[in-house]
Amino acid sequence: MKLLIANGYVVDPAQQINAGRNVLIEDGKIIGLPEKGEKPPEGTELLDATGLVVAPGFIDLHVHLREPGQEYKETIATGAAAAVAGGWTSVCAMPNTDPVNDNPAVTRFIIEQGKRAELANVFPIGAITKESAGTELAEMGEMKAAGIVAVSDDGRSVPSAGMMRRAMEYARGFDLPIVDHCQDVSLSKGGVMHEGRWSLILGLRGMPAAAEEIDAVRDCTLARLTGARVHLAHVSTRGALASVREAKAAGLPVTCEVSPHHWSLTDEAVENYDTNTKMSPPLRSREHVDALLEALSDGTIDAIATDHAPHHRDEKALEFDQAPFGITGLETAVGLAFDLVHRGIISLERLVELCASNPARIFSLPARGGLFKHAPADLTILDPDCEWVFDVTRSKSKSRNTPFNGRRFKGAAVATIVGGRLVFLHPDYGWITQSKYREASA
Amino acid sequence: MQTTFERKHLLGIRDLSAGEIIHLLDTAETFRDISLREVKKVPTLRGRTVINLFFEPSTRTRTSFEIAAKRLSADAINISVSTSSVSKGETLLDTARNLEAMAPDCIVIRHSMAGAPHQLARICTAPIVNAGDGAHEHPTQALLDALTIREHKQKIEGLKVAIIGDILHSRVARSNIYLLTRLGAKVSVAGPGTMVPAEFVELAEEGLRLEQRIEDAIEGADVIIILRIQRERQDAAFFPSMREYAVHFGLRPDHLKLAAPGAIVMHPGPINRGIEISSEIADGSSSLILDQVTNGLAVRMAVLYLLARGSYPSGVEGGLEESTRQEGRGH
Repeated sequence: MKLLIANGYVVDPAQQINAGRNVLIEDGKIIGLPEKGEKPPEGTELLDATGLVVAPGFIDLHVHLREPGQEYKETIATGAAAAVAGGWTSVCAMPNTDPVNDNPAVTRFIIEQGKRAELANVFPIGAITKESAGTELAEMGEMKAAGIVAVSDDGRSVPSAGMMRRAMEYARGFDLPIVDHCQDVSLSKGGVMHEGRWSLILGLRGMPAAAEEIDAVRDCTLARLTGARVHLAHVSTRGALASVREAKAAGLPVTCEVSPHHWSLTDEAVENYDTNTKMSPPLRSREHVDALLEALSDGTIDAIATDHAPHHRDEKALEFDQAPFGITGLETAVGLAFDLVHRGIISLERLVELCASNPARIFSLPARGGLFKHAPADLTILDPDCEWVFDVTRSKSKSRNTPFNGRRFKGAAVATIVGGRLVFLHPDYGWITQSKYREASA
Repeated sequence: MQTTFERKHLLGIRDLSAGEIIHLLDTAETFRDISLREVKKVPTLRGRTVINLFFEPSTRTRTSFEIAAKRLSADAINISVSTSSVSKGETLLDTARNLEAMAPDCIVIRHSMAGAPHQLARICTAPIVNAGDGAHEHPTQALLDALTIREHKQKIEGLKVAIIGDILHSRVARSNIYLLTRLGAKVSVAGPGTMVPAEFVELAEEGLRLEQRIEDAIEGADVIIILRIQRERQDAAFFPSMREYAVHFGLRPDHLKLAAPGAIVMHPGPINRGIEISSEIADGSSSLILDQVTNGLAVRMAVLYLLARGSYPSGVEGGLEESTRQEGRGH
């Protein structure tokens, strides 16, 4: 079966393409990027992307899908549905499930559930240590054979430098990137928000920026010692960015990601004790947010990752101190990323690099992140001018914990194609599938 | 300047204007003499229900709110909930919804976690009074402190106030800093470096200084407010020992020589004698600790009156007159 995505504007940084092109797909693979107006083979189905941007499928390096074990928050199927509704064709699932993904049986289960959902590609991330307890290495080699793409003890940073060194040396042998949630627990323990003026005003225990910055220095130093690939998750502080910048300048294999809420909100958002402003790392002060914007613009940040962390509304209805960390993010990330484009902080091409080509490179996902010939046909179709309002009651996620309900956006993913199948179409963009070939090629 | 108090809730001092604060203090003053009478009761809130919902042990504040409500003829109900059972028990919001179903006219809440009153205020139709939430605010304490200062110094503007002790964990310090600086006092705070974070200076736009040594904060002070040291926080190692705390941060008689003549000393209680305050001072002529308790009653009567009266037609004057008439009949 052939499919032509016609008349769109292709942005594919991996192949340095920035041009009006068609995309021809056959049996779930990309066949080529023919010039506009070139007549497609007989019997080709058509999607009309006139006025839209056609990008390689977006890859989220950091989501929590909660299955197995916490299906009341999210399942792989509901998480994948939220992913494609937000424009993500692939998601990388963190291992803090119950049981923890620290062995190949859990890895296989996650992959299987991802396939059954038939929405986004689901790539599992394995634990660094058994049960992510920070004491014994998990079976990275076995998990790699089963399909993990990276290792992480996300949410529970590896507590000692000695353990982290071992993990890096071991992971290097399997060419697995180590993803670290930088947080020195001796500094952040008991904290529920960023430490600073607002934590003092609100009387809430703070997590100092230094907790993240110290671990970022540690991890970059260990990357130099071990030669391992190190990826810093959801970087939120000026100091951690400085460490990444320095490591990159020294040629170390260090990369980092940023989560949309960290550049979109400051710690002032906690003012009314809304537990949907509680996450880890926490919303930071303006100084740190400015540093993130700078690093998004200058290339220090490699990827945008949502840290999608669904929680049940009963859990978030507790006192601020008691509520769990985390917010959903899959359906608002692209809108928040377009804010950056419209504010002139990043270009559209850079947006695609942050969401597609770089993530594929960081986790070595073969043939993803670009519209390569014979690659799986994963595409995200964007309308930079689409104006919309996020209504959480219509979210595809099982959970509702977002600080962005009711927010107005300009710019959206309007159609998502995974393996050549249209898995999401924005309700206002039905015309994409309804146009006649004649009109499109005219 | 706004000189009335039209808010539905009293959640903190930070949002209040100087006019609103003065109105609260003026109202409290009119209630002060009720407690000096033989029959200490006015019918102002007759038929109204005040619920004291205490998630944290407290004798002083709870009793104060309870007596305040009763002297206004409201029905006061005390509910103490142990927060240690928070994980097994009913959630805060479920508790609040259940109480709300009994149509109270005011809910007074004390909670060990900051923001609990705000969460209640979002779902309850009854007015909420914050009686202390974690390390956030304790607005009626700041009001009673201000009432006490005004009683003895006749003003607040231009006074120099020292606040000594565990500033970091103190809701009393925060509420006092907001109130006193808003009314034009100069506030200096001091305590162990672990308990006086540098960003604290940003809590007030002007009139707030941080000092390293308590002597520097006390120098020339008209008012000295001593904060309670929480012995239970000792495990967190904010200072080496009670002994060392008493030596370096405890208030002793010789400190008063540094203060302005006629300086007054206050403490929100309960006091740790010989630790943050020496007995000579606590029991001495400069100490207003018991005046604070008395004024606490007046402040809480004023707050309950302003929030729980709802659409009650008569003002405080009317209530007082009516009570006098009734008492005349009764005796």
